[in-house]
Amino acid sequence: MANTVVRIEHLQKSYLTEAGEFPVLHDVNLVIEPGEFVAIMGPSGSGKSTFMNILGCLDQPTSGKYFLDGADTGRLSSDQLAGLRNRTIGFVFQGFNLLPRARLTENVALPLVYAGVARSERSARAVALLERIGLAGHVQSFPNQISGGQQQRVAIARALATRPRLLLADEPTGNLDTHTGAEIMDLFTQLNRDEGITVVLVTHDQEIAAYARRLVRFRDGIVEHDGPVVAERTEAHA
Amino acid sequence: MMLSMLAEAWSAMGANRLRTFLTMLGMVIGVAAVVAMLAVGQGAQTMVNQTIASMGSNLFIVLSGGSASGGLRMGSGSVPTLTLLDADAIGELPGVAAVAPVQPGNSEVIYGATTWTTQVYGTSPSYLDVREWPLASGEPFTDYDMRSASRVALLGGTVSNYLFGDDDPVGKTIRIRNSPYLVIGVLARKGQSLDGRDQDDTILVPVTTAQRKLFGSQFVGTVRFMMVQASSGDVMDRVERDITELLRARHRLNVDAENDFTVRNLTTVANAAAATTKVMSLMLGAIASVSLLVGGIGIMNIMLVSVTERTREIGIRMAIGARRRDILMQFLLEAIIISVIGCCVGVALGVGGAFLAERMAQTTVAITSGSIVLAFAVAAAVGVFFGLYPARKAAYLKPIDALRYQ
Repeated sequence: MANTVVRIEHLQKSYLTEAGEFPVLHDVNLVIEPGEFVAIMGPSGSGKSTFMNILGCLDQPTSGKYFLDGADTGRLSSDQLAGLRNRTIGFVFQGFNLLPRARLTENVALPLVYAGVARSERSARAVALLERIGLAGHVQSFPNQISGGQQQRVAIARALATRPRLLLADEPTGNLDTHTGAEIMDLFTQLNRDEGITVVLVTHDQEIAAYARRLVRFRDGIVEHDGPVVAERTEAHA
Repeated sequence: MMLSMLAEAWSAMGANRLRTFLTMLGMVIGVAAVVAMLAVGQGAQTMVNQTIASMGSNLFIVLSGGSASGGLRMGSGSVPTLTLLDADAIGELPGVAAVAPVQPGNSEVIYGATTWTTQVYGTSPSYLDVREWPLASGEPFTDYDMRSASRVALLGGTVSNYLFGDDDPVGKTIRIRNSPYLVIGVLARKGQSLDGRDQDDTILVPVTTAQRKLFGSQFVGTVRFMMVQASSGDVMDRVERDITELLRARHRLNVDAENDFTVRNLTTVANAAAATTKVMSLMLGAIASVSLLVGGIGIMNIMLVSVTERTREIGIRMAIGARRRDILMQFLLEAIIISVIGCCVGVALGVGGAFLAERMAQTTVAITSGSIVLAFAVAAAVGVFFGLYPARKAAYLKPIDALRYQ
């Protein structure tokens, strides 16, 4: 059986400010198995975004352990972490974060550049990914020539380029209208169901969270609730 | 990988053309200045070195008469105290390669209807060895010519040219002070001496001929000066002491009497001249290097701005798997491209400028491949050196800080 994707033990994160140490996450424990679809919710300042950045190896915990795909991330070098971000994780941002000067194919192929994939294969894979998300006609376009929803699709294509096990999305629909947001969520659902990619997304929108199968709710830096989405829905309707 | 990074750097530079161009301009001016200044400096050096080489190496000149320091004392060379026998004795000293006694004079020289006034040196065959002066044609005079005081002459290039034009003078007879002299050879051209005289405007005859038949000498067998060549630069000091001792002994001078001759080390003079031009050329290079340095600082400045501007882009790249060295290379490559392109243009401008200077200022410039290689190496080094700090700054950003940067 494949490794547990995410195992988090006694994770703590605090920031140093002029006023002193400011704790954001206290003693978080979480296990995510392959193929799960997890939504993380919580009010502003609950630490969910900080948690997401740590999951994405963009930030490091103050204390505690984070095992990603079996590897203890606290013991890895910066190059090894970069390797994890490149091959194991696909990150989708609220603000898309495409490179404005690069064509869509170049944007999608960028992770493959850092993975050391040959040029011809890079562009072939990028074009295939763009076709799959329905942007076959925009291969040579620049990001500012397409809509926000399309940009987010390109960002997802980029996240998928190295065929990662774990797809992380931080408010992926935050900048999109409801209809487009729903399309993006369908894409995530499809990836999770058809390809078994583990998806973790942060949102503050119940509707969006409803696409997931498991809900983790943060409050004041701790996991307040962790359970299946169905229960949550029932509660909301009751 | 490398190719796509180059393309990336290129497009980043293209995104801000004016800024890239101005940064490059700083580099261009710096490199052009270095190349042009080195060319001018090395040109001067080459000229001086050629002149020095034309004099002969490891040379002493021994002048008759004491050094001029007292009131009524005659100057060097004015009192004939050196003889051909002195010359022979010096030739026996260890460390002396060759000795050439010289009895100089000026005379009118006539060939056909042409008259030319020039310097006539009475000397020995070894003069050609001492001065390292080959013949362009004909034969040198021999010891037999010396013993018999033959009327034979070797012409300098300038004299040959004035009297004979393009004809070969060897075998023709010229008249010096109304006596016929057979031209047996023509000296190769040497050009100007250190003090600017034309060394080719001269005629050589056997010293005995000069003494007995041409100029005479105050005392029989004396010469005005002689040139001594040491066998190597290392023995110069010892040879100078030995010559002084030998001549004092031969001239039977008391311990407290002053020398009645002067020994001068010509190499010292030449070295001083060479050292002066070397310093000049170094100074020119140093001044030009300052502009190269300023160009480098310009690159660093722009790269720092560029890193700050693109912090977010750096964050995105890190989030999708760029390692530190990927980011480092990206920015370093940009700095190197700017400096290398700037360098190419600068070399072209510098070479052009140097030739222009040659035209306008009538100086010699020497563009060596060494100076161009140096300029390239320095420019690449400047690119790396001044690009490294901004590039490292970018590479060592924390991914999350770079991503959050607005």
